[in-house]
Formats: sequence, C-alpha cells, structure tokens
Amino acid sequence: MIGALGFTAPWLLLALAALPILWILLRAVPPAPVRRIFPGVALLLGLQDDEQISDRTPWWLLLLRMLAVAALIVGLAGPVLNPRSQEPGRGPLLIAMDASWASAADWPQRKELLERVLSDAARAERPVALLSLTAPEPVRFQAASAAQSRLPGVLPAAWEPVVSAEALSALLPDGRFDTVWFSDDLARDTRAELAALFTTRGTLRVMAGETGTMALAPLRYEAGATVIEARRSLSGPAMTLPVQIHGKDPSGTPRILANAEITFASGAQSAITELALPAELRARISHAALANTRSAGAVTLSDDSLRRREVALFAGREDREGLELLSPLHYLRQALAPNADLLEGPLQDMLPAAPDVVILADVASLSPADEADLTEWVTDGGLLVRFAGPRLAASDVSRSAEHPLMPVRLRAGGRSVGGAMSWGTPKALAPFDAESPFAGLALPADVTVSSQVMAQPDPTLADRVIASLSDGTPLVTRKPLGDGQVVLFHVTANAEWSSLPLSGLFVDMLDRLAISSLAATPEAADLQGSIWQAVQVLDGFGRISEAGTLPGVSGEALLDAPLGADLRPGLYQGEARRIARNVIRADTQLSAATWPAGTDIRPLQTEPETPLGGMLLSLALTLLLIDIVVSLALSGRLRGAVAGILAAGFLGLPVEAQNGDEFALAAASELVLAHVITRNAAIDDTALAGLRGLSDTLIFRTSIEPAAPISVDLERDELAFFPLLYWPITPDQPTPSDAAYAKLNEYLRSGGMILFDTRDADIARFGAASPNGRKLQALAAPLDIPPLEPLPADHVLTRTFYLLQDFPGRHAARDVWVEAAPPDAEQVEGMPFRNLNDGVTPVVIGGNDWAAAWATDMRGNALFPIGRGYAGERQRELAHRFGVNLVMHVLTGNYKSDQVHVPALLDRLGQ
Amino acid sequence: MTTPLPLRHAAEQEAARLPPLLARAEHLAGTVLLGEHGRRRAGMGDDFWQYRPVQAGDSRRMVDWRRSARSDAEFVREREWQVAQSVMLWVDTAASMRFASSKDLPEKSDRARLIALATAILLIRGGERVGLTGTTLPPRRGRAQIIRLAERLSDTQAADYGTPEARAMLPHARAVFISDFLGDITAVEAALTKAADRGVRGVLCQVLDPSEESFPFQGRTIFESVGKSLRHETLKAGELKTRYLDRLAARKDALRHLCRVTGWQFTTHHTDSPAQAALLWLHSALERPA
Repeated sequence: MIGALGFTAPWLLLALAALPILWILLRAVPPAPVRRIFPGVALLLGLQDDEQISDRTPWWLLLLRMLAVAALIVGLAGPVLNPRSQEPGRGPLLIAMDASWASAADWPQRKELLERVLSDAARAERPVALLSLTAPEPVRFQAASAAQSRLPGVLPAAWEPVVSAEALSALLPDGRFDTVWFSDDLARDTRAELAALFTTRGTLRVMAGETGTMALAPLRYEAGATVIEARRSLSGPAMTLPVQIHGKDPSGTPRILANAEITFASGAQSAITELALPAELRARISHAALANTRSAGAVTLSDDSLRRREVALFAGREDREGLELLSPLHYLRQALAPNADLLEGPLQDMLPAAPDVVILADVASLSPADEADLTEWVTDGGLLVRFAGPRLAASDVSRSAEHPLMPVRLRAGGRSVGGAMSWGTPKALAPFDAESPFAGLALPADVTVSSQVMAQPDPTLADRVIASLSDGTPLVTRKPLGDGQVVLFHVTANAEWSSLPLSGLFVDMLDRLAISSLAATPEAADLQGSIWQAVQVLDGFGRISEAGTLPGVSGEALLDAPLGADLRPGLYQGEARRIARNVIRADTQLSAATWPAGTDIRPLQTEPETPLGGMLLSLALTLLLIDIVVSLALSGRLRGAVAGILAAGFLGLPVEAQNGDEFALAAASELVLAHVITRNAAIDDTALAGLRGLSDTLIFRTSIEPAAPISVDLERDELAFFPLLYWPITPDQPTPSDAAYAKLNEYLRSGGMILFDTRDADIARFGAASPNGRKLQALAAPLDIPPLEPLPADHVLTRTFYLLQDFPGRHAARDVWVEAAPPDAEQVEGMPFRNLNDGVTPVVIGGNDWAAAWATDMRGNALFPIGRGYAGERQRELAHRFGVNLVMHVLTGNYKSDQVHVPALLDRLGQ
Repeated sequence: MTTPLPLRHAAEQEAARLPPLLARAEHLAGTVLLGEHGRRRAGMGDDFWQYRPVQAGDSRRMVDWRRSARSDAEFVREREWQVAQSVMLWVDTAASMRFASSKDLPEKSDRARLIALATAILLIRGGERVGLTGTTLPPRRGRAQIIRLAERLSDTQAADYGTPEARAMLPHARAVFISDFLGDITAVEAALTKAADRGVRGVLCQVLDPSEESFPFQGRTIFESVGKSLRHETLKAGELKTRYLDRLAARKDALRHLCRVTGWQFTTHHTDSPAQAALLWLHSALERPA
C-alpha cells in the first residue's frame, strides 16, 4: 500500500523494470516502411532525401508507447484508491460501539464503515454481535445479515458509556472472538481496561474518529452578559464555530434568537464569547447549539438559572410625591433590584409582559378589568403578593366575603399596637413553622410590628398562615388560586407599620417566596428528597424532544449521578423551578482519548474504495490508439478518410436549446395557452392536444383566438406570457426547484392562473386520498395559494361565457376548488365580491382530466372517448364550455364579475 | 515436362482474353469514321485518276492511244497513286506496363494494347498493311492479320522495362511505338535514329498512369519496380515529388526532342482519360503526309 493507494497484484509492478529494455528495443526498430510498386522508380533512382532523418522512432512516439505500456502494467496490477483492508478474519466478530454523543457528529461515517465491516463479515460468513457500550446487553453472536437488519436501530445515545470491565465481561460469551471497536475520541477511565478485556479475547481493532469533539458548556450569566463557552477535545489550530441561540419569540414560535461566533485560539481547548442580550430575550432562551455539529454535546439547554424573574410593582395611587422613603415600593425596589427585573406602570400594561410576580402594595380595589385580568393571570400560575396598608385597612375589600385575590377575610380597620395611644408594645415575630416556606430563616430580634390588618378567624385561616406574630396573629397568609397563589403581608411594604422592610429578613422572605431570582445553582441539600420530572430530553444527535412519561428523577441524582438511560440530559421540572441537565456540565473538561500502547487504531475512513485499474487500462488503450494514428501519419498511411472519421468522432452531440428570445416571441406574439411539462410523454402529449382542442373551440366560438399551445418547462421558460397554465399531476413528476417556485409564485401574484388537474376524479375525491392528490399537495405546498373553497354555485366561473353548473372533463366529479371568497366579502344579491387578483382565482384545482376531454388531433377529431353515446358527447361539450369559461375568466378579470354585479353597481352609483 | 492440363487451362485463359480485346478494339475503331481513301493524286496504282495532255518528256509508251484517237491531241492516262503503306507497331509488353495505381484504372499495358489494336484495325480497314516491328509478324493485309496481331500483343515480357524493337523495319514505312518510356532512353534513341535512317516516320505514344504524373506519396517508402529489379527507399516520399516531376518532365522533353529531330510525333496518354482520344490522335497523326 502506498499512501491511500493499494494494489491487488503488486508483483506485476516488477514488470515496470522491463520498460528500459523495451525502450532500447523499440528505439532500435524503426517504423516499417511502406512497400510500393511504382514503375516510375526508374526516375527516382539516385535521388537522395533532403534531410538526413534518423530512421529511428521519434523519441516522443517512444515515450507515448512507454506510457501506454506503463499504464498497462500498472493497470493490470490492480491499483485501488483507498483500498479496504483485506484482512481475512475468521471466527466470531464483536462490534463494540461507544455510541455516545461524541460519536454522533460523524455518525454517518461510522454507520457507513459499520455497514462495510458487516458486509465484509457477511462475505466471510463470520457471526457478528453488535454491542453498544452506552446500552450494554448480553452479547449473542448471530449471522451478519441479522445484524445488518438491526443496523437502522443503532443510534448514538446522549450519554457516555459507563459500563465497567467487570460488568462487561459478565455480558460477553465464552470463547474467543475478534473485536472491532467504534470509539469516540474522548478520554475515559474505562477505556484502557475495556481494551485489555477485548484484547484477552482476541484481536482488537479500534476505529476512532480523528476530528475531535466540540461541545458547548452551559450558558452562564455574568456581569450583564450571557457567556457562551465552547470546548474541544483536541487543541488544534485556531477555528471559529458558529453558535445559534434558540428560543421562542413573543408569539411562542421557536426561532433563532441570536447568532454568535466562538473563536478558539490556536492550541486552546476552550473559548468563550459574550452576548449582551436584553433581559426579555435572555429569559426566552431555550437552548444554544453549535450550528454545524450534530451531537448532544453541542446543545446546551438553559434553565431558570439564566432567567431573572420579572416582578411587576404596582402601588395604586402614589399621591405623596417626593417622599421617596415613604413610598410603598421603595423597600421592594431595593430588595428586588439586584436580582430581578422590575416593571412598574399600569397593570394593564404590565400583565401582557407576563411577569413572574405581581406585587400590589397597599392596593385596595382594582378596576373590574384589572381584577379580571389579574385573576386570570394568577389562575394561570402567577404569584400575586399583596402588602397591606392604610388604604387596604380602610377599604371593604374581603370584608364580609373572601375576595378572590385575598387569602383571608379582613377585619375592619386593622389594629395598632405599641403606639402612643395604645396599650402594649410592638409585637415581634413568632418563629416560623416547619411547613412554612420561611422555615429556617433566622429571626432578627429588632423586627417589630406596630400595625397590621387583622384576619377574620375563618376555618381555613390556620392553613393559610405562613408567618405570624408572637401573639399568634397572622403576619403573612397565603392561599392557592388555580395554578398560582396569592400572598398577603399584613403589614405595609414600607417601614410605616413595621421594621420588617428594614431588615435582611425581608429580602430572605421574598427570596423564599421565589420572588427574587434563583440565580445560584441549587445545592444537593436543597434538592434532598425532591422528585424532578423530565420535560424535554436530548437524544444523541442533540435533538430536543418532549419527554413524555419518563419516570421522575430524585434531586440528588439529578445533580450528581452520571447521565445514562435513567437520567437523560434534558430539562427537568421541579416544584417551582426547572433545572437543565446538560451533557457538558460547567466543570466537564474534554480531552482526547488515549489508548494503550500497541492498539491497532484505524481512522474512520470515509473515502470509498475506487479501483483505478479500468481507468489506467483505458488510458493505455487510448495511448495505443493515438500511437496507431500517429504511426500511420508518420508513415504516410493515414488517409483523409480516417482523419475524417476521427474528426467525426470528436463532434459532440447536437445541443438542444430553446432560444429564450424565440420562445418569448412565440409565446408573446399571440395569446397562447400552455401546459406544464411533467416528463411523462403520454400526459404531456394529451395536455398539449387538449389545449389545442380548447384553442380550436375558443377560435370557433369566441373572440379569443389563441395560437398553437406551448409546453412550458418551469425551470427554463418565462411564465409571464401565459394567462393560464394547465398543470396535470403525475405522482412521479419532478418537483420544481426553488427558483422555479419563485417564478410560479411571482406568476400567481401577477394575475396568472394555474389549473391543477389530478386526473383521478374517477377514483378519488379532492384531497390526499390518491397518489396524484398527495403529489399535488407536495407540489403546491411552497406555492402562494390562498384559502380555497369548492366552486360555489354563484362563482363568476359559472357564467363568464356559458351558464354552467357542472365542470366535467373526462370524469364528471363536482370537486372543483377555487379561491375562497374573503369571509367579509360584501354580499350583493347573494353574490360576494371577490377582489383579490382582479377577481380572478389564481388556482383552479380539480381532477376531471379536462385535457383528455378537450384533446383533439390535428384535424380536430377527438382523441379520447368520453362517456357513452350522446351523454358522453354532452359531457365533452360541457368540458369545452368549462374551458371557454375558464379562459374567459382569466382574460376578462373582474369585468365579468362586475357584469354580474351591474345592478348593484348601478344602484351604488345612484342611478 | 509441362502437364497438359494446366497448359491447356492457361492457353484457354489466354485465348479467352483475345475476343474481348478484339471486340473492344473493333468497337473503339468503329468510332472513327473512315472518310479518306487513296492519296488523291496521280501515281502508281490500279485506279484511274485522270487524262492529261502529253507533255514534253513523256515517252510514247505513256500515250493512251484509245483516248487520243477520239480527239486531235494526245493524252496520257494517269492512275491514282496507290501505295499500300506498311505500318509497324511496337507495344511495350514489359513488366512496368502491368501497373495500375487503383482498381478503377486499367493497367497501362491494357490500354496500350487496346489503342494499338484499334489503330491496327483502322489501318487494315483502310487497306494498309500492319505488322509488328521485328521479325515476328511482318506487315500484312486482311482480317486474319488482326487476329494475329491480337495474339502477339497479348504476349507479356518479364523484363522490367521494354526496349523498342527496331530491327527489320521496312524502309519508308510508318511506325507506332506505344510504351511508358520510363526505361532507358538510349534504347528509344537508338531505335528512333535507326528508324529515321531508314526513312521510317512514326508516332511515339507514351501511356502513363495518373499516379506516375502526380506522385501522391508520403512517408517512409520503398519504391519497387513491377519486376522488383529496381528499388529505391526514401524516408520522406513527399519530399521527392518535385524532383520526380522534374525528371518526368525532362524525360518527356527528351522524347519530344527526339521526335522532332527524327520527324516523329509524340503524345502522352493517361490511363484515366478515354482511349478514344488517343486513338483519334494516333489516326490523324498517321494520316498526316510524311
């Protein structure tokens, strides 16, 4: 083997050594002279040649022959580009595959190579077993063909193999076998021991990727910017990777929110780029992905840790302008601003921005609209936090009956303790219950409450209190409402009624209520005993899919356990937050695999085996042919005829070309009907004959006098010349290119009409029931087609020339679809005005095979029988009438439509 | 010892060639209208020519007394001069004549024979005596002579180039030499001088193949004569063309010059042109007074 070149019979190359001898031999032998009988030789005697030309073969001719012989020898030696290793193996063959996410990027190559190995094994009749190290199963050797049939199901998993050598050896059968290990290129602890295990059982060959693995680390939010970090396993040269940030747009459609580029410095194994995204946008990020790498590692899901909660603050009426410290919102702002995005403004403006939390500070009553919206928002999962205050205490809200947006009923007036006019001292806080969300928070001694609103002692009160004062009166109450909850602080949000807002406890409490951001990664202790449900999971290729009914995962496992079939990478939903478990974690480092010395490592060869022998032999043959011609020419035997034949041989095939200008002239000089070429000769002929018949009918009956119809190639021809395109549908016609579709859409928008004919109304109705119908749907999907409706009885097509109610062709189905009238079309005498496209429907879709009904030969005889007897002829007549109406409809635009509406129009003009 | 069967076969083959040659020659000869008879002047002969008055110097014996008795003057009866011409043919039958450059063309010897025999037929019809030069077939009259001529003309010769036979030429006879004249010109020169010495006038007709006029050869070639006695090798035949053509023209000039000094006439005939042209030319050339 020389580089990527191998020979099937390398010993033949020794014959190349004979070339110099051949050179000498050939040089010694001059070209044979022609012997000619010529009586005039008597006159020639004594004439000498002008030049003393050596009668040896010219060197270039010799070289030509040498090349030919060399090509022959090399060609016969069977050169093969990228030869497959022809290793005759025998005995069972185990194909072990890492099948991890790191293999997903070059999975097609791996699969191709795997197929090749399997087919080689099938040829050698070796039993084969497929072992996926990410999902190890007991190994059973079976026929290679059986393994081949399993091949489509072999897919990379989204995790790395975790099986240990001991666990694996329990799965392996007894006896010896050879192993081919399709490995990814990531370092792994188990690699060496697995290799040792395989080596003890037979020969081991490793097929390893060479390109290195690229992956994305989880997104971080640092100092006002989103940090995207990419890592790679090989510290190669500098390179730039495009990254796409995915998320939902405000309407909920998944989109690419931002594009970025990450540039690895030469030799660096990680690189970061920072992206300054508005909080709005950042909150919507669902995941980031390396644009041109397909693997689970190249996708990183984002969870709540990237989000900053949006908190809407609403204080009702703030009439005390300028008194900042007395503002009910001041302490809230101070507490929340560092790690939440605050919204302030009218409720109606804030609610559509979907805040996570709405805080109402001393708001007694809301407008009915506000209240309804807010209730709906809470029911949908919002968190409403209310603070009491003088206004709430003075109002009648939730006084006699519990207000939906209040957790408890309130007594009138509230109470004040420890004031100048009251007995007693300001109350301190009681320790929090274990069930309270505030459980465990330290109580500063200096927090006192001097005023509060009092809850009515209802039966449900005890359940709703989550914090209380030392005298047992509720300080914070909470009730669920739909999916959301309503929390009421019975004190003000400023320091008027209590010193709570002045203390650090206030911030902690807001934190516990999940009002402020959850920026920190949760600790294992935080997740103790919690169960998390997968919402979205990644597969090995990095595709995100809904998790369905995967079993829940315990919180500790979610944080620490290695990924596997039980813990798939994905997005997990807990009680109040989501945690993303990505393939690459913040601390994962990628490094290239290391193999035990002496391991037989092969690259994933992707170039197909190319035998070059035939090429070289034909080269030799060509050279010899040239040699013949040249030798003939040298010896004067080459006649003009031979040269002529050779010259004729070099002539190319005549090129079929439709000159654009000629086409335009032919199509534009006169009105011309046209059909779309389907590449099915019979259908095309029928379509052309049909349009010819229709053209004749038009000439005989109307003032429309079309020229001979034209077949149109969508790819090549300009469509603008044709008022009507007849498009018969065949299941196997080629789909037009994007350029052709652009042309078609332009055509439709500029007033053209396409008559789609599925030609199968005898067996199928409109829709995807038939192959033609399905093909029509596929063909028409990229077209700019408006909503359709079955041709209504009052449609202008029924009366543009003839009065028609049926539109038969060769078949007589009633299913003919045209552009639907706009729903708000003005009805005049029951007839809606249709204004789009000058009142002309851009498409007519049916399956009646009109062309067959219209088709005539050159003499005007009908080509296809329609129906039976007189009824059939009547049907053909109606088909022609439909054609006339159709062409008339296209050509007259809204004129005919207006004719229908003339009385109404006159009426409008007041005449 | 020759076995009789092949001999007879060969003989029949040879004999079979005669009638076509004869027929073709007759056919060719039939295209020439024989309009001239006699010498149209007084001389030796059998036919009456004219009576003329006796002039001084006429002997008495020359007076035609019967005519003179009918008038007062004396008349001499003159007869038309009727000398039977002897025409001697020499047709080159050497190997160089058996050559045709393509299948569509007749061999040179073929054409030469045809022209010679047709000329002989015409002459014999005209009452001349025709024979071959040399001693094989002396000039005679009559149809049988045509048969004999045809036989003799069908002979072939192994030598590469023929030499004209100039022996046993009748004095003041006519001669027709048909050959390609590509061989040694000295033999032709000798024959013509000898003939001129004997007062023999005649015609040289050079029959050439078109390829001998155009020399359409290229590349490394070995040229061989038909009998393989001569050969010439060249590496570039195309280079030789002009010099060959020069030599051919020189040969023709030499022949023409020879004819002029000996009172002969010379023409060149190509096998790709019709034989009739050559025949007409020969006929009129022979009719010309010596």
